[in-house]
Amino acid sequence: MSGGILVLEQVTVQAGDFVLSPFSLEIREGECVALMGPSGCGKTTLLETVCGLREGPVGGRVVLDGLEVTNLPPGARGIGLVPQDVVLFPSLTVREQIEFGPKLHGWKPEEIKERVESLARDLGLEGLLSRLPEGLSGGEARRVALGRALALRPQLLCLDEALSGLDEARHDEVLGVIRKMIEREGVTALHVTHSKKEAEAIADRVVVMD
Amino acid sequence: MVDTFLDIPILLPPLIVGLSLLILFNRIPPSACCGMLAGGALIAAIWGAARKGNGIVIRFLVGSAILFGLLSFVFAGSQRSFEGIVSEVGFPMTFHPLGVVLAQFPVAAAFAVRTMRTTFDQISPRYEEVAMTLGCNRGQAFMRVVLPLAGKGIVAAGTMAWARALGEFGPILIFAGATRGRTEVLATSVFLEINIGNLPGAAALSLLMILLAVSTLLIVRCLAGRGGAV
Repeated sequence: MSGGILVLEQVTVQAGDFVLSPFSLEIREGECVALMGPSGCGKTTLLETVCGLREGPVGGRVVLDGLEVTNLPPGARGIGLVPQDVVLFPSLTVREQIEFGPKLHGWKPEEIKERVESLARDLGLEGLLSRLPEGLSGGEARRVALGRALALRPQLLCLDEALSGLDEARHDEVLGVIRKMIEREGVTALHVTHSKKEAEAIADRVVVMD
Repeated sequence: MVDTFLDIPILLPPLIVGLSLLILFNRIPPSACCGMLAGGALIAAIWGAARKGNGIVIRFLVGSAILFGLLSFVFAGSQRSFEGIVSEVGFPMTFHPLGVVLAQFPVAAAFAVRTMRTTFDQISPRYEEVAMTLGCNRGQAFMRVVLPLAGKGIVAAGTMAWARALGEFGPILIFAGATRGRTEVLATSVFLEINIGNLPGAAALSLLMILLAVSTLLIVRCLAGRGGAV
């Protein structure tokens, strides 16, 4: 198995009493893959392992763009994450949320400004840049989280049930924004979801975990 | 385990804190320590049982008496007392203004640490995780994301600790004394004023302490009301 931007080789994860059976997956560059499965099958655990948020897997390898990242820290992997619970930093404005990664990586101020404005324009956040998260709607918060995850131009975008809890209108709106941003940024995406409809609407390929 | 140690100074009767510090600083001979320890543990156990009816409290109190006792024997057994060591480096403690600070420290610090621990427990680890995917290491995630979130809780913890220290009496009286103009604090001043029959003075000082306590409570409630992790 080789050639994919993300390659999971027989990855086994243990999280407390739960053990994820060996799982393999290959995602090609620019592809959007939806990961589906029943509750408790280990979708989020697998996603967190890919992002480096869990201790290294019990077995197997995680390879990103030809480089084994199995034991690399999360920040060194080049992965953007939109978590299920959004997790915007409460004390930072929308602009500061998006700037967070680029500033940490030492981007020049003009590069950061340009990137933030470009993302804000594409995500429809131009009027919200000075707002704090507490004043944002669910859909707006999702778009900010997406902007924050994309700001560093990651090789892989991981979306962990990023549309859960939204009403139907906001759900479809944010789904459209995600789809548009994945295409515009040319980023490879791994989208964890419960919804078959959502998976078919957003993904090039659907993978089902048992 | 950490909780147990934090609870020790909070649950100990104030006089026992003061006596324990004196034992620790070798101001009481080792032979007297044994009797005091046994007596202290017994009093603590009875006090705990009567007050709470709770076996855990008794264990805390007896355990803490033993802890202070063990420390005292460590220092009592050596030729140089702990008091002697700190005095040599320029920090005399017993019956000295610095002793006031030390006597206030165990309980005030326990309150502060407990409040801060509650604050940090309320902050989801997800913030750190997301910050780490954006390039932070654990230290940076803590400094840039978690600490700002805990700011109000830290201020509240400091306020609570200060208020608790302000009202400290027993340990100060025993360990640092109540010498006019030297080791006198508000709480011991009230005691001194009553001793010389100056009741209006004692009442005025008490009123001042009440005002400070109410102000502290208002500050803490205000911080909590603004949605901080307090």
